[in-house]
Amino acid sequence: MLKSKSKSNPKPNYKSRSPLRLLWLLPVALVAVGGFSVASMMQRPPADLDLRLTRATEHGLYVGTLVPGVSPIPVGTIQSWIVAVTTADGKPLDHAKLAIDGGMPQHGHGLPTEPKVTKALGGGRYRVEGMKFNMSGWWTITLKVSSAAGTDSATFNLSL
Amino acid sequence: MRLRLTVTAVLAATVLAGGSGIYLGKPTWSPAETKLIASLSLSALPPLPADPSNAFGDDPVAAALGQALFFDTRLSGNGKVACASCHFPDRQFQDGTPLATGMGKTNRRTMPIAGTAYSVWLFWDGRRDSQWSQALGPLESLVEHGADRTQIARLVAANYATDYEKVFGPLPEVTALPKHASPLGTAVAKAAWSSLDEQRREEVNRVFANVGKAIAAFERTIEPRPTRFDAFADALAAGRDTTDLLTPEEAKGLRLFVGKGECTKCHNGPLLTDQHFHNTGVPAVAGMPEDKGRIIATAQVAADPFNCLGAYSDAGPVDCAELRFMKREGEDLVRAYKTPSLRGVAGRAPYMHAGQIATLAEVVRHYNAAPAAPAGHTELKPMAMNEAEIEALEAFLETLSENGKEGDQS
Repeated sequence: MLKSKSKSNPKPNYKSRSPLRLLWLLPVALVAVGGFSVASMMQRPPADLDLRLTRATEHGLYVGTLVPGVSPIPVGTIQSWIVAVTTADGKPLDHAKLAIDGGMPQHGHGLPTEPKVTKALGGGRYRVEGMKFNMSGWWTITLKVSSAAGTDSATFNLSL
Repeated sequence: MRLRLTVTAVLAATVLAGGSGIYLGKPTWSPAETKLIASLSLSALPPLPADPSNAFGDDPVAAALGQALFFDTRLSGNGKVACASCHFPDRQFQDGTPLATGMGKTNRRTMPIAGTAYSVWLFWDGRRDSQWSQALGPLESLVEHGADRTQIARLVAANYATDYEKVFGPLPEVTALPKHASPLGTAVAKAAWSSLDEQRREEVNRVFANVGKAIAAFERTIEPRPTRFDAFADALAAGRDTTDLLTPEEAKGLRLFVGKGECTKCHNGPLLTDQHFHNTGVPAVAGMPEDKGRIIATAQVAADPFNCLGAYSDAGPVDCAELRFMKREGEDLVRAYKTPSLRGVAGRAPYMHAGQIATLAEVVRHYNAAPAAPAGHTELKPMAMNEAEIEALEAFLETLSENGKEGDQS
């Protein structure tokens, strides 16, 4: 698995050739660099990612809004957010139980922290502390809302 | 014909220059690459953050006291082990050996110190949450210093009373204390600790915590120094000529580092670490006890009496968000270890939390191959880099040291 470093790395010698004779290499280089660019973009968020921070929950019970505490959302800083929740018909929902989770779909890991609701602010608004992102890229945040009407969740996308 | 070929060549080169590529033999960098590279420069490092849990962190008298304590071998069970016994000042405050050895052999690699004032979590598994609480761990570890709390309190009273009291106020009465007592360590030390009343224990704990705070005040002064990479990044960001600041191979390695290699997913920011924990499929060491990394350490730091929320911390709960909202569970914490800073990395073999990998080239090969983890799941995916790319990446990593390959920065 861990091979020793090979120093045998023969390099072709083009020095004796005229510069023009190298021109045939250009399309090859172009394809190679193009391919490299595609490879380096593979882990970028999908281009059509829906980045709305207000979303209806999956079964339509609630509408959740994420309000990041800092804009643009910084990487590496623990931060406090506001989450606003309404019923499907737009009435602010107080006394709900919220759970926040998240992660990076392309990396197989979750948030580096466990954010929690630390205060119900009234008017369907809740303070969530402990939000943190330790790298740039595509993150998802899942908001789970429980109240007398039932439990439902919505997943938001972030591109940092 | 010749003209047409030349036009084609210029057009092609222009297209290349627009993306990530090479223009007439010189590497060119896209705005996105330039921005990412600038974010890794030491120039982007914010000022030293305050440590609200250590009210003495920026006191120069505390730092001088901490420096003296750092080199004092009397803070040990055998009179031979100081912090500096593993944290060599002339070797980036580490010891260049797979497993640290004090009074016995530990099961982890000595970590460097520069820039740890920016760390949220300390140790490979983050079982402490400040520089000062970290410093206390090895003092009472039987395989490291093998000292104990009353021994240290007595030693401070006998040798450092003036400086200590200048910083922390009056020392408690220590002459009646047992010579060796601690809630940790040997049975004798534990029994002696049980015999102390609550007030005595609190007094001793306070002196012990202050020893950590003085050492942390010294460690806060140990900062990373600018490297050849930083000179390149700053010139690139300012639009200055970067010719000769990196060799073509090093520049190629940098492009892999910020691009295809995805190294900046975890090695990000000016310290080239996200200060978090990742399972990267590092092999287990045969014959050593099972090591599960971060998943075990979260309960340890939560229960640590010297943590941010504890009685000896100078911080209020508002300052302890990292601990209060710490991720405690999850498969991704199994065999996860802290992303180390890559500053000075070339001078810091062997690598990984137990020194499992001997050379930097083998580390790059490890990331390229992405082997399965011995427990939990690796976050790595195979990268299919060729031999030249592996060597380029290694060449780039050597630019992150003050003195290149030797990397002897402190």
